[in-house]
Amino acid sequence: MQQQDWPLWEIFIRSRQGLDHKHVGSLHAADAQMAIENARDVYTRRMEGVSIWAVESKYIHASNPDEAGAFFEPAEDKVYRHPTFYDIPEAIGHM
Amino acid sequence: MSPQINLEEQFQAKIDAEIKIEPKDWMPDAYRKTLIRQISQHAHSEIVGMLPEGNWLTRAPSLKRKATLLAKVQDEAGHGLYLYSAVETLGISRLQTIEDLLSGKAKYSSIFNYPTLTWADMGAIGWLVDGAAIMNQVPLCRTSYGPYARAMVRVCKEESFHQRQGYEIMMTLMNGSAEQKEMAQDAMNRWWWPAIMMFGPTDSESSNTEQSVKWKIKRHTNDELRQKFIDATVPQAEYIGLTIPDKDLKWNEAKGAYDFGAINWDEFWNVVKGNGPCNKQRLEARQNAHNNGAWVREAASAYAEKRAKRSVTAEVA
Ligand SMILES: [Fe+2]
Ligand SMILES: [Fe+2]
Repeated sequence: MQQQDWPLWEIFIRSRQGLDHKHVGSLHAADAQMAIENARDVYTRRMEGVSIWAVESKYIHASNPDEAGAFFEPAEDKVYRHPTFYDIPEAIGHM
Repeated sequence: MSPQINLEEQFQAKIDAEIKIEPKDWMPDAYRKTLIRQISQHAHSEIVGMLPEGNWLTRAPSLKRKATLLAKVQDEAGHGLYLYSAVETLGISRLQTIEDLLSGKAKYSSIFNYPTLTWADMGAIGWLVDGAAIMNQVPLCRTSYGPYARAMVRVCKEESFHQRQGYEIMMTLMNGSAEQKEMAQDAMNRWWWPAIMMFGPTDSESSNTEQSVKWKIKRHTNDELRQKFIDATVPQAEYIGLTIPDKDLKWNEAKGAYDFGAINWDEFWNVVKGNGPCNKQRLEARQNAHNNGAWVREAASAYAEKRAKRSVTAEVA
């Protein structure tokens, strides 16, 4: 039993009420409760967080970095999705 | 052009363009190996580095100093974990990394193989050892491997307090009795040379530096960082009346930096090879901690299993 690594957990921390949880790193723990308690000790020793998510790493699915070019290409030529694409007279002011 | 060469060129182009490398990106084997070695050595140093200071936790001179030292030692455990987490993204298991430390295969910073003889050593370590570590670590916040860089940002944020509390200990002793001053100077005498050896062998002897700089794992050479550290530290020592134990130390107006005496590299290599004053003791302490903690790890696994089973039964019922 001791020869086996505990599962790996990805840790996400909400630093302040109103902000998103953000990935901060990973740790090993026997179960979710231990992952959250360890995350508190490892990642929030100076009040860096008000909420912790722990997700077992094996449940994270990721896009393939080797295909990132083709995968994200559809957004590349759509400048008309940005506000600066449209000319509005100065006189109108901020819009 | 073979596809391999093409990949290596693309990789170097990313590095040159300051694009970070992330865990699942293609990388040359040698880059991966260099990082595994460097980051795991770094992690082990944080972990073993808790031992010399742990020696004084129960004998700190006041509750305030004790709380501070405990917080610092806890931070070092955290630094070890950030870095173990980073090294694991390179495809080596945590167990293997720790096993490499416990078997003596992996190295850690030689500075931690020196003993902590008096309370003043807590001052000298915080000020000089953490100070030297900071000099090394600040440029690593921009290292080319994303997870390593992010871990270093976190580490650097926490290090500054370590150095300041150490300097404050030295300052307090230097404002104290004749014995206290002597104690501080004695700690300075013992830690100065090992601290400046922390930057590693001189550039002409450092075989890995050139490639590491090309890959932007390192951004400065050992000698550059050592010089920066000396230049920053000498005035701090003078300010509190401590003497640097180097009779050749002298301000060089022309180069705008200090000249310093010859480093005893025989001592350095001797400690690296395992013959320092505490190498054996440090490794044994880690092995004992690991072995004596086995039952805790087993109990936690058993408890997690039992709870998982119970929640399945509850769902079925
Ligand atoms: Fe540290
Ligand atoms: Fe530190």
